Amino acid sequence: MRGDAGFPVRLRFAKRGRVRFISHRDVARAFERALRIEQVPLAFSGGFSPRPKVSFGLALPVGYESDAEYLDVELAEAIDTDALVEPLTAALPEGMHVTGAIALQDRAPALQEAITSVSYEIEVGRPGSTPRPGDLARAVDDVLAASELVVTRRRKGVDIDEDVRPALRLLQAAEATVLHLEVDTRPHGVRPTAVVEALPGAWSARAALRTKQWIERGGARLEPLEADTRPRMPEACAS
Amino acid sequence: MSNLWPRIEPLLARVEKPARYIGMEQGSLQPQHRPDQVSWLLVYPDTYEIGLPNQGLQILYEILNERDDACAERAYAPWTDLEGELRGSGVPLFSVDSHRDGGAFDVLAFNLSAELVYTNVLNCIDLAGLDVRAERRRLDDPLVVVGGHCAFNPEPMADFVDAFVIGDGEEVVGEVTEVVGAWKRSGRTSREGVLRELATVPGVYVPAMYHVSYDGPFLRTVTPRFAGVPETVDKRTVADLAEFPYPKQQLVPLVEVVHDRLNVEVFRGCTRGCRFCQAGMITRPVRERPADQVRTMVESGLRRTGYDEVALTSLSTADFSGVDGLVADLVNEQSGCGNVSLSLPSLRVDAFTVGIASEIQKVRRTGLTFAPEGGSWRIRQVINKLITEDDLYSAVEGAYSQGWRRMKLYFMIGLPTEMDDDTLGIAELARNVVAIGRRYHKGASATASVGGFVPKPHTPFQWFGQNGVSELGRKVGLLKDAFRKSGARLRWHDPAATFAEGIASRGDRRIGPVIERVWRSGGTFQEWGEHFDLARWLDAMTAEGLDPDWYVTRHRTSDEVLPWDHVRAGLHRDFLWDDWQASLRAHGLPDCRWTPCYDCGVCTDYALEHVVASAVAPAGGSQGTGQDLSVGGEIPVHFRETVSAR
Repeated sequence: MRGDAGFPVRLRFAKRGRVRFISHRDVARAFERALRIEQVPLAFSGGFSPRPKVSFGLALPVGYESDAEYLDVELAEAIDTDALVEPLTAALPEGMHVTGAIALQDRAPALQEAITSVSYEIEVGRPGSTPRPGDLARAVDDVLAASELVVTRRRKGVDIDEDVRPALRLLQAAEATVLHLEVDTRPHGVRPTAVVEALPGAWSARAALRTKQWIERGGARLEPLEADTRPRMPEACAS
Repeated sequence: MSNLWPRIEPLLARVEKPARYIGMEQGSLQPQHRPDQVSWLLVYPDTYEIGLPNQGLQILYEILNERDDACAERAYAPWTDLEGELRGSGVPLFSVDSHRDGGAFDVLAFNLSAELVYTNVLNCIDLAGLDVRAERRRLDDPLVVVGGHCAFNPEPMADFVDAFVIGDGEEVVGEVTEVVGAWKRSGRTSREGVLRELATVPGVYVPAMYHVSYDGPFLRTVTPRFAGVPETVDKRTVADLAEFPYPKQQLVPLVEVVHDRLNVEVFRGCTRGCRFCQAGMITRPVRERPADQVRTMVESGLRRTGYDEVALTSLSTADFSGVDGLVADLVNEQSGCGNVSLSLPSLRVDAFTVGIASEIQKVRRTGLTFAPEGGSWRIRQVINKLITEDDLYSAVEGAYSQGWRRMKLYFMIGLPTEMDDDTLGIAELARNVVAIGRRYHKGASATASVGGFVPKPHTPFQWFGQNGVSELGRKVGLLKDAFRKSGARLRWHDPAATFAEGIASRGDRRIGPVIERVWRSGGTFQEWGEHFDLARWLDAMTAEGLDPDWYVTRHRTSDEVLPWDHVRAGLHRDFLWDDWQASLRAHGLPDCRWTPCYDCGVCTDYALEHVVASAVAPAGGSQGTGQDLSVGGEIPVHFRETVSAR
């Protein structure tokens, strides 16, 4: 159980540039190494194969950039979380930056369960033609006016048609070729590129950036570093 | 133009595992290229996951980049999906460090650690925009240089390679750099000029400088074409590993690769004398790294990389003298770092080794791997892998009783003098191993991995006719039956791939066009089952008018000129032949570190000595100083020497 063994900490990090091509799993391994390089006091699971207790939020598709990735890690002792930010960034691969850290309450809900929606900024294009101003906005209006938006997704090797219209919290043409999008994570995530491809007019995604993750709880809309924080313990410091 | 990244980036969205191509590993460098430097592109001709951990490549990468007159970057064979994209958009082979055009380097250097990568070498040369045939390259094309264990029989690749480096590369890369640098400064007047110059560097073999003559199917002579070109090329050997504490900045990849851990080479060379083992023969003598240096490299490496596992690498790490003390020290020192595990990738088969393993692996005791190699004591005497059944059983008993649950056993089939009883002995051993395990754990398991034996140059078995595809297939069939209801699992290597490896392993220059045909027919990544097809190789042999069996399954005679006779690993031909004859009588040969020298030729010819970290011999027992050298019984097969056609 989280918090039983030690002091859970939540980190926010960005994944920008070439490093966007590494997988969710690779990100996890990079963090484990960075935590060891900086000799952060980790709590370990028991048993024959002790592992550091690290858990990540929603997987970011390979190739997407992000300003809002999160992980929770359990430490063996309380430390000043602000002191983690710079050293971990230095120990991480180029393009991965820790941008915030908080101490979590014991038994805070896991990221996977807590996150309710995710925001993206997508750069789109139309192969073979230059979009005119207003094209994207019209496509967006069409989608928003319709009662459904069917995308095809592949699950266990089978293509499934699915209406993602109910999951769209925000769809907005921010510029001629930039789309802002917020989608629910429940019952399961929606791939933003699938939404782009479902827009009328043969659009495709050129680049995708995850900008925020949200926890909506009891009417409040929080970012993960604002939810479930442990009250500051001024006496705690890195040993 | 020099940075291809903007052209590569859009392609990566369409390929599997794009992170293979981004570089950015901790420890990687972005060298500034200056015209007065010699730029090397070090290419591992297999996937990134297999190539990245290669220690040889990483060592040379550092040594070259430390030099003022050189710089080095790395490349790996692009997987077939990216290759298609590169060719489709006209992007050449590129380095992963600064995404520079492969054709813009002065030297393309390949590491050849296995024969089935040869076609990938051709593919990479072609992707870099060069003609695959060395003789057709233009004056300002990069020089193609090759090293690694397979360079000890350079002939199958002679048509494609400008220069081979034989043996340890640490020192000779500098000498090659100086020759190429002088050539560059002189305005690259003639390609032949630089090749002639390279041919005089000790340890460098330039195939274009040699004329080859045949006598029917047989090789007659390989002779220098010019004065000053040596008749034979001797390997290079680094006398003292302590002078080369490399890699100092082991690369830490962002994606999962094989051997994904800190690797510290504790010694080079091996004197156990396993007769099938090319690595053991060509890397003699033993050169151990001082224990203090090992400790420092482990400590600083772990601190820098953040790895939680370190492997002490060598051909047989339990043979490192004083290994128990070293391991105890490392375990004590690392215990403060939190759950760092230590592994010895090449385990000796005995209880002593398991004792060390239990010392270091306090946690994560899941599987251990042993390599008895042969299924019967007799065949193990033939191959000089002197492991008794007691050694194996006491080792696995020790392991199972201390918490390990899965044993992996490596074996070969198709060994000289092998009879079906020897082959079936593999099933017997595996069955007994499982039975021992079940006494300790309900779920205890054992897996036997069986590979077909391919005779290698510069070993006592270089004269042996390899088993053909059907014979190896028959033996696999025997084992499949014998493993039923044994409780043990059987895995085997494709006999067809073993056959293709045999073509390249002991091939001569006439195999070059065969390799080229296989490559032109699309045969890359031949080590990968999904891409391998023996028909490509057999069709190519037919097209070249060559008989595969003549190359693969034929026994060679003592007087036959072998294609690699002009390349010397220091081993005297008489020694190898006598050891081959001794093997047929099932005579064992001791480890010469602890017994008087039997003069294989290496130390005496090269004025070298074993360098050991401790004067204390490894612990006794049959795998330590007390090897069982009893002479084997009657040879159960009549071993026919093929009469030469001459």
